[in-house]
Amino acid sequence: MAVHLLREIDKLKKQVLSLAAHVEENVRMATQSVENRDQTLAGKVIAHDREIDITEVDVEEECLKILALHQPVAHDLRYIVAILKINHDLERISDLAVNIAERAIALTNLPEPNVEFDIIKMGDMAREMVSRSLDAMINRDTELARKNWFSDDEIDDMNAANHSIIEAQIRKAPDLLEPLLNLLSVSRCLERIADHATNISKDVIYMIEGDIVRHRKKTLKAEAEQKARDGSAD
Amino acid sequence: MNETPTVNGNGRHQPPVIENAALTARNLNIYYGSFHAVKGVNLDIEKNKITALIGPSGCGKSTVLRSFNRMNDLIGSARVEGNVSLHGMNIYEKDVDPVMIRRKIGMVFQKPNPFPKSIFDNIVWGARINGYRGDANELVERSLRQAALWDEVKDKLQQNALALSGGQQQRLCIARAVAIEPEILLMDEPCSALDPIATTKIEDLMLTLKEKYTIAIVTHNMQQAARVSDYTAFFYLGDLIEFDVTQKLFTSPSNKQTEDYITGRFG
Repeated sequence: MAVHLLREIDKLKKQVLSLAAHVEENVRMATQSVENRDQTLAGKVIAHDREIDITEVDVEEECLKILALHQPVAHDLRYIVAILKINHDLERISDLAVNIAERAIALTNLPEPNVEFDIIKMGDMAREMVSRSLDAMINRDTELARKNWFSDDEIDDMNAANHSIIEAQIRKAPDLLEPLLNLLSVSRCLERIADHATNISKDVIYMIEGDIVRHRKKTLKAEAEQKARDGSAD
Repeated sequence: MNETPTVNGNGRHQPPVIENAALTARNLNIYYGSFHAVKGVNLDIEKNKITALIGPSGCGKSTVLRSFNRMNDLIGSARVEGNVSLHGMNIYEKDVDPVMIRRKIGMVFQKPNPFPKSIFDNIVWGARINGYRGDANELVERSLRQAALWDEVKDKLQQNALALSGGQQQRLCIARAVAIEPEILLMDEPCSALDPIATTKIEDLMLTLKEKYTIAIVTHNMQQAARVSDYTAFFYLGDLIEFDVTQKLFTSPSNKQTEDYITGRFG
């Protein structure tokens, strides 16, 4: 029984890794399409997303098949359950990449607003968070998953700051409302992408340690910081 | 007597505290001749709960279960050391009557073993021998109802029990066991000779029975242990490796050996 199950899990792993790679690539292309106001690249993101949707369904079916036919327990069970959730997050990340790409298409036909926020830096941060969460999954690295989860505040703050900047800019130049709202939407999508990356990080922790860490960020972050202080004191 | 159960393993696992134990084993060692089959086991069986004993063949789980009502007394070479307590009384004390123990701690075996008598007699016999002087009809109906068999056999109580299906025979054995109103029911792979439908009936029955009785079950079917039990104890080579709440043991076991066994990566 174990041999069959291991074979199925290996197959699932390959599917998920391929999905993850495609999603990562889609986020990269989407942010780049906004940075360069590149309609063609944005179109690629949208087309790419359809394939990602199909893979997402395949991965879910594979998980359901394993659950029904093998009734996995312990780490196998946690792996399948975590993949079911990560799969959903990956698909949502790709949807958000599509939203960003659509904003990029809209922005190419609109006047360029003069805003002081760094969409490139924010895009890099969101991409890095997705990439780190996937590295944590592949390398079973809970330390990286924790670090990634705890770093989410930074991008949240950035989004909040962007909101204020855009608001002020709209008051100053109401005729640029449309491009400004598009940029705000990009900022919001990047922040949401980072949220999904933190979800993946939390699921990786569950997958490996069996501990559901959701809704305990404050306590766990404080504990981790205390531990780091104790470690450096030694 | 007051020591808490400990588990041989990686040391980081804290087994659950059983507040209301119906049966406790402390430093239980069982030998078959020179073979040390069960090694220093400490285990609590919680009242009105189902405790599953799992592990590969030869791990000592059935030996532990049989020691709970002194069935090992019937094996000449078996020697038991340590303590198995029922209400604070060590059942292995010299002056304890094993028949009295088995009256309080009943057993259902792997293969259904009804007497070659009528369904009615199967229930009444044991109870009469054990001093039941009440209404036999009432006892038969009550016991068969408790074993979820009444509706299927109420019109053929005088029929030979051996004419029943395997699943019905097993439920009859459970009815026979509950007829003498034990406190604890020990089940040694009760479903291994049954098909999935009969197995489901026994499992459903166990969930009803635990309201009144305490149940300890040995099973090779891990899904069954996961489905029906509240606590699970994993044995390997005579050691109790891990004891935990079933949900915890099957989702996040603390011990590598447990994990390898339940995920089928053993050996």
